[in-house]
Amino acid sequence: MSENRADVLILGGGLMGAATAFFLRQRGLSVILLERRLVGQQASGINFGNVRRQGRFLPQLPLANRSRAIWGRLPELLGEDVEFLPSGHLRVAYTPEAVATMESYRDGARPYGLDLELLSGNAVRARFPWLSPEVMAGSYSPHDGHANPRLAAPAFARAARRAGARIEEEAEVLTIEHESGGYRLNTADGRVWRAPVLQVSAGAWGGRIAARLGEPVPMVVRGPQMGVTEAVPYALLPVLGVTTKEIREVLYLRQVKRGNIVFGGTGHGPAELDAPPHRANPDITLHQFTQLRRMVPALGALRIIRTWSGIEGYMHDEIPVMGPSAKWPGLFYAFGFCGAGFQIGPGVGDVMAELIATGTTTTPIEPFHIGRFT
Amino acid sequence: MAAPRVIVVGAGPAGTRAAELLAAAGLRPTVVDEGRASGGQIYRRQPPGFRRDARTLYGTEAGRATALHATFDGLGPAIEYLPETLAWNIHGGALYVQREERARRLPFDALLIATGATDRMIPLPGWTLPGAFSLGAAQIALKAQACAIGSRVVFLGTGPLLYLVASQYVKAGAQVAAVLDTAPPGARWKGLPLMAARPALLAKGAVLIAQLMRAGVTMRRGVVPRRVLADAAGTRVAGVAIATPDGGEEVIACDAVGMGWHLRAESQLADLAGCAFDFDADSRQWLPRADEDGRASAPGIYLAGDSARILGADGAEIAGRLAALAVLKDLGLPAPPGQDVAALRRQRQVMDRFRRGLALAFPWPAGLVASLPDETLVCRCEAITAGALRQSATELDAPEMNRAKAFSRTGMGRCQGRFCGIAGAEIVAAARGVPVEVAGRLRGQAPVKPLPVAALADDASTLEST
Amino acid sequence: MADAGSRIMTTPPAATAPLLRRLGETHRAPVAFTIDGQPATALEGDTLLTALLLNAGALRQSEFGDGPRAGFCLMGACQDCWVWTEDGGRLRACGTPVQPSLRIVTREAPWPPLG
Repeated sequence: MSENRADVLILGGGLMGAATAFFLRQRGLSVILLERRLVGQQASGINFGNVRRQGRFLPQLPLANRSRAIWGRLPELLGEDVEFLPSGHLRVAYTPEAVATMESYRDGARPYGLDLELLSGNAVRARFPWLSPEVMAGSYSPHDGHANPRLAAPAFARAARRAGARIEEEAEVLTIEHESGGYRLNTADGRVWRAPVLQVSAGAWGGRIAARLGEPVPMVVRGPQMGVTEAVPYALLPVLGVTTKEIREVLYLRQVKRGNIVFGGTGHGPAELDAPPHRANPDITLHQFTQLRRMVPALGALRIIRTWSGIEGYMHDEIPVMGPSAKWPGLFYAFGFCGAGFQIGPGVGDVMAELIATGTTTTPIEPFHIGRFT
Repeated sequence: MAAPRVIVVGAGPAGTRAAELLAAAGLRPTVVDEGRASGGQIYRRQPPGFRRDARTLYGTEAGRATALHATFDGLGPAIEYLPETLAWNIHGGALYVQREERARRLPFDALLIATGATDRMIPLPGWTLPGAFSLGAAQIALKAQACAIGSRVVFLGTGPLLYLVASQYVKAGAQVAAVLDTAPPGARWKGLPLMAARPALLAKGAVLIAQLMRAGVTMRRGVVPRRVLADAAGTRVAGVAIATPDGGEEVIACDAVGMGWHLRAESQLADLAGCAFDFDADSRQWLPRADEDGRASAPGIYLAGDSARILGADGAEIAGRLAALAVLKDLGLPAPPGQDVAALRRQRQVMDRFRRGLALAFPWPAGLVASLPDETLVCRCEAITAGALRQSATELDAPEMNRAKAFSRTGMGRCQGRFCGIAGAEIVAAARGVPVEVAGRLRGQAPVKPLPVAALADDASTLEST
Repeated sequence: MADAGSRIMTTPPAATAPLLRRLGETHRAPVAFTIDGQPATALEGDTLLTALLLNAGALRQSEFGDGPRAGFCLMGACQDCWVWTEDGGRLRACGTPVQPSLRIVTREAPWPPLG
């Protein structure tokens, strides 16, 4: 079975795995990606599509900046368009406490090269006149934006394949064994796969696999709650969000150029590793309506045409697992992105490829190391 | 013990008969219906102020229609009737409904889905032009609004409704340019043995066709339609182009076309309730699984009428009764006197034979659909072409419809794939060289129909927060 | 397809000519409303779709640039007949009775309306 051998095996074909495969090929390593179903079908495909740095955990900003640079080069890198639109990202505040949070975040983000513009309620409405009178302030990030999650991971996988990677869909890994010189994986179809290096980028399933490899992590899975309106003339350019500590106020929305307004937030639904994805919870959908009208009253005249949910993995400390294993040589992790992996996905792939190929990375990722849980 | 909460969705023939029987058993079912008045689409009532009599509106079915309306109107306080109300989702043992700006959660012990059907459509090039309507639309314009869809109308498609609507137009004084049936001339003979199960209905069909012939209406069988043609400005229907045997094209001039290829089940609610679906080879569509009385695979869910099996209006009345009896039995309640389940099941079986005969006599032209030109707008909501859908199935390697939808946006618009989903699966299957059932079906996603963001929940405290 | 045009017998009505043809029930009381700011008349009991298509050749323009649309199913399933009101409201024309107060726009206006 020598043909099923590569420099690197990637377990999981979400955005992280597909991007890693692509960048590994750029560095000349041979790579096989094993995906249980189809590439980009889980969290990578059903997420909101935010390409946002604003609001991230500050130590994650160097990675987010590196990723943002890749987003801007994607059409040329991948040879296809994933509808990345750098139309800006605006967070609004409804309370003085939230305004203070915004100010301190702006100050903290500046040393990382993320310049945010704070606007008073009147100033933000002067620029975005469809915002509601309740908006007390806005924090504007001009170079963030959004993209189409249904397209991004499959586009990376296709580009990786064109560059020589093997992308194996419908390949369910049953066992993972250490052997001399690396890792041996068995898939449900009876095939055997070998490589000196293994990357686990299995999203919500990452915690289960890490536990089997002797590195348990505290993780839960949840279902994001998403919906989309009918198409109306393109008007809401920036991606919108809310700065708040109250989960029921956490709403985000973006209008795609074709006119539909995608939204999500205000709570999560349940998700299960061993069951088909849950649908969106209608009680949450209805609650989202109140927050949609609260932020942009004109949305009250529109209809939603579709809702969906899915599965995302959340670490208890809301920080992803990324980097080398604390236990096994040649083993790497990139999972548990806590519902905020889409923007950093391309950067994660680039950094993981660098780390695997060179043994180090120029982007600091120590805060994400799995060893923090031991 | 509190009285069981039973909800019927739909107030057409199936929903009306189910509600009648549940009420007779002493329950007070809730009947949720989108219409302003009961009757469904087939026995749709004209608005107040219209004067045509039942015979004019419903022809040979006038007796059935008026009986059904009278039954529903007679139920009065024996049911909780929620008209003009959309059932948009099912979650946690409750039906979610909306009327204007009010959204409600209605918990149930049993939910009987009788949501009917819509026309099954072929997205012919030009089908989005003003003047191109579904057959059902052509009939509704006439019955409920006393209007024709145009001054010179072509009816195109296959199935009994094609001839019924054409004859109704002729009777109402509209000009029918042609009736173009895509069924091959010999197909009717293939369906005859099964259709002989209902000789009276077969005879009615023969009378319709004879009437159309006497009226001098051009009728063609074995038609291969190419496209609906636009006028010079590209703003409305000017004709229908059909293939000629010599490989050329013939144009039949008209200013409107009513199209339909039988019906497709409105099965979204069953999908949202988690019911299993099976591919029905006879009708070449996916249908929710149900036992002979209408029990779905999901507990507490019952299916009746065309939303489960396209048996027509009288079949729907029987299915509604059977499903209601199944609800009562499963709730441990006695059936009202005089209900003969065995006889109802036998009648339903006869109608199912007829249904299979119709599918043979008026076949779905799968090959025509699979070979629609690349520039055809398959998804009329999102304006997605057959070429884009094919590309998602081949170049982008989508193995089935939901993946093709994710890549191409086919079926992602306001109608949720009602009018392009079946044709889209044929296109994906043909592009990949697999049977159509392998291309699957579009999964239902709430809301069943567009839901206003203005909707306010009655009880916002039901939010399940984590 | 070369001779397709020449074989069309009837002259197609102008783009703005009404699409539907009323066959009866004309005794009903008239209802005045507006289409793109112009006065129009319908009859009580007409749906908005009927009212519009007895006065015009289309309901709206496709938001994706493929031309005019005029509804399709008339039973609230296809969602093709959503029209805008002058104040930014949305109505499904096939299921909405025409009202004297209605001011419908068939051309896409800027959204959202800012007052």
